[in-house]
Amino acid sequence: MIERTPILNIVTHAILVFGLLLLLLPMYLVIVAASHSLQDVVAVPPNLLPGDQLWINLQAAWAKGHLGERFVTTFIVSMGVMTGKIVLSCITAFGIVFFDHRLKMPIFWLIFITLMLPLEVRIVPTYAVAANAFLPFQTLLDLSGITWLVNAVSGVEIKLEWNLLNSYAGLIMPLIATATGTFLYRQFFLTIPEELVEAAKMDGAGPMRFLWDVLIPLSRTNIAALATIMFVYAWNQYLWPLLVVTDQSYAMIAVELSRLVPKFTATGGEVPKWHIAMAGTLIVMLPPIVVVVAMQRWFVRGLINTDK
Amino acid sequence: MRRAYFKNNWVAALMVAPQLILVFTFFYFPTSEALYWAFTLEQPWGGGNTWVGFDNFAAILGDPYYWDSIWASIVYAVGSTALAVGIALMLAIFADRQLAGYKLYRVGMIWPYAIAAPAVGLAFRFIFTPGAGIMMYVNFLFPHLWNPVDNGTQAMAMVIVAGAWKQVAYNFIFFLAGLQSIPRSLIEAGAMDGARVLRRVRDIQLPLLAPTFFFVLVINITDSFTDSFGIVDTMTAGGPSRATNLMVYKIFNDGFQGLDYSGAAAQSIILMLLVIALTFVQFRYIERKVHYT
Repeated sequence: MIERTPILNIVTHAILVFGLLLLLLPMYLVIVAASHSLQDVVAVPPNLLPGDQLWINLQAAWAKGHLGERFVTTFIVSMGVMTGKIVLSCITAFGIVFFDHRLKMPIFWLIFITLMLPLEVRIVPTYAVAANAFLPFQTLLDLSGITWLVNAVSGVEIKLEWNLLNSYAGLIMPLIATATGTFLYRQFFLTIPEELVEAAKMDGAGPMRFLWDVLIPLSRTNIAALATIMFVYAWNQYLWPLLVVTDQSYAMIAVELSRLVPKFTATGGEVPKWHIAMAGTLIVMLPPIVVVVAMQRWFVRGLINTDK
Repeated sequence: MRRAYFKNNWVAALMVAPQLILVFTFFYFPTSEALYWAFTLEQPWGGGNTWVGFDNFAAILGDPYYWDSIWASIVYAVGSTALAVGIALMLAIFADRQLAGYKLYRVGMIWPYAIAAPAVGLAFRFIFTPGAGIMMYVNFLFPHLWNPVDNGTQAMAMVIVAGAWKQVAYNFIFFLAGLQSIPRSLIEAGAMDGARVLRRVRDIQLPLLAPTFFFVLVINITDSFTDSFGIVDTMTAGGPSRATNLMVYKIFNDGFQGLDYSGAAAQSIILMLLVIALTFVQFRYIERKVHYT
C-alpha cells in the first residue's frame, strides 16, 4: 500500500516462494521419478535431477494403462457431465425463478438439500439403483399397489429394468444429480432485473424465447465457470467409476492410474514400477491442470459461487 | 419480490421435471433405501429383508473396529484440516499484499486443486515409500526409521500430508477471495491511523475474514469425511492393520468387499448424520459470509 516496507516485502516473498516450493516439490519428485529407469529410481543416494527416460516412460505408461482409450472414455464422461449439468441447472433454475407457482420453494429446497450428502456417503444404495435405474419407480408402483392392480386386471406383471452398470449413462447421471449448478444459476437469475422480463413479455416473447434469447446469452460467464468446475470434477472421479465399471472399455482414467502399482497392503511380489506409475500420474493430471490454469478466472469464480 | 412472471406453469413443470426425476432416482430413493437397509437384515439365499430395529446400529457401535475407524477419521480430519487451513491462510494473507509476481504466486497456489485424488495419493505414496527415492535414503542413513507399511502412525501421517497438500489450493482460493472482498477503504483508514501492515492484518483483515475462515474450516472437515476415499485407497488401502481405515473407506469395504449391506447402510446413516450436522453449522456461517460488504 502506501508505506515502504522493504524488510517485510522480503519476508513476504520468502514465505510465498516457500509455499510455492512446498506445493511444487511433490510434483518435481514425480517428474524426476518419471524420467529415470526403475534402477535409478530405487538407487541410493536418490537421484534428485531429472533423467533422460521421460519420453520412454511416458510411452510405456501410455501403452500399459491403455491411456489412449481411457482418455476417450474420460473425455466423453466429462463432456457429458459438463453439458448435462449446465443444461439441467439452467432450465431448473429458470423454472424456479421465472414462474409463479406454489411449489417454487419446496422444489428449490428439494434440490438444494442434495448438496448436503455427497455421493460418497450414500454410495452403497446408489450402486443398487445403478444396477437398475427403474428400481425407484418399481418400488413406488409396488408400494402404491399399482403393480398388483395391473396384474389383477390385465394379468401383466410390471417389471421395469434398466441396468446402468458399464454404460455412459450410469457414469454420468448420478454425478449430475446434485444442486451445485442449480444454485449458481438461481443466484444469477435472481439478479436479472424485472424490467427485462417485462420488456420481453411486451415484445411478445414467450418463456422459451426469453430463456434462449435473453438469459442464455447473459449467462455466458456462468456457463464458463460451471463448465470448468464440472470438467475437473468429472475428470477426477474415482470411487463411482470404480464401482459402476467392470467392463474395461468404460474404465475411467483415474481408476486405471491406481492399477499401475499393486495395492499398499499387497504383500510380496516385485518392486512396483514407480517410474511407469509416475509417468502415468503426469499424463493423467495434465488435462485438468491445463483447464484450471487456462480458465483460472472462470474457475475461481465458479468455485466460490457454487460453494462446492 | 419479483412480480414479472411468466404464466405458463406447464412450461415451468417441464423445466424442473428432469432435475427432479434425477434427484429422486439418485438421491432421495438411495438415501431412503439406506435407511431401510439400516433397520433390516437381508436373509441369506434371497429370504427377503426382516426388520431388526436398531440391531445393525448396536452391532456397529459394539464393534471396536468401527470405533477405530471413527478415531482414524477424526485424526485425519483434524490433521489434514489444521495443516491445509493454516498453510493456506498464511499464504493468502501474504499473497493478498499483491507485491510483484502476485499473479504468478496465485496460479502457483491454485493448480493443485486440479489434480485427481488418486493421482495425489499415488504421487505421495511414491514419495513416502521406503522402497525408493528419498525415504529409502533416509532409511539407509537411519535404518528402520521410516516404514509406513508396518507403522500405522506413519501411514496416517503420510495420508494426512497428501490430503492437506491437495486441499491447500481450495482453501487458498477462498481465503484470497475473502480478503479481497474486504473494502479497501477500511484498510486505508487503518493505514491513515498509523497501523502498519501486520497490525492491519491482525486487527482488520483477520477479524473480517472470520466468516470465511469458519466456512472453510467446516467444508474441510466435511470433505475430509467424504472426499478422502481416493487418497486412502491409492495410498494405504486402509492399512496397515486398519490404521487408516477411515469411515468412508470402511463403508466401501464392508459394503462391496464384505457384502454386508445392512452394516454398511447403518454406517452410511451415521456418516450422513455427521455430515448433515456439519452442514447445519456451515449454513449458520454462510449467512454471514458477506456481512461486511
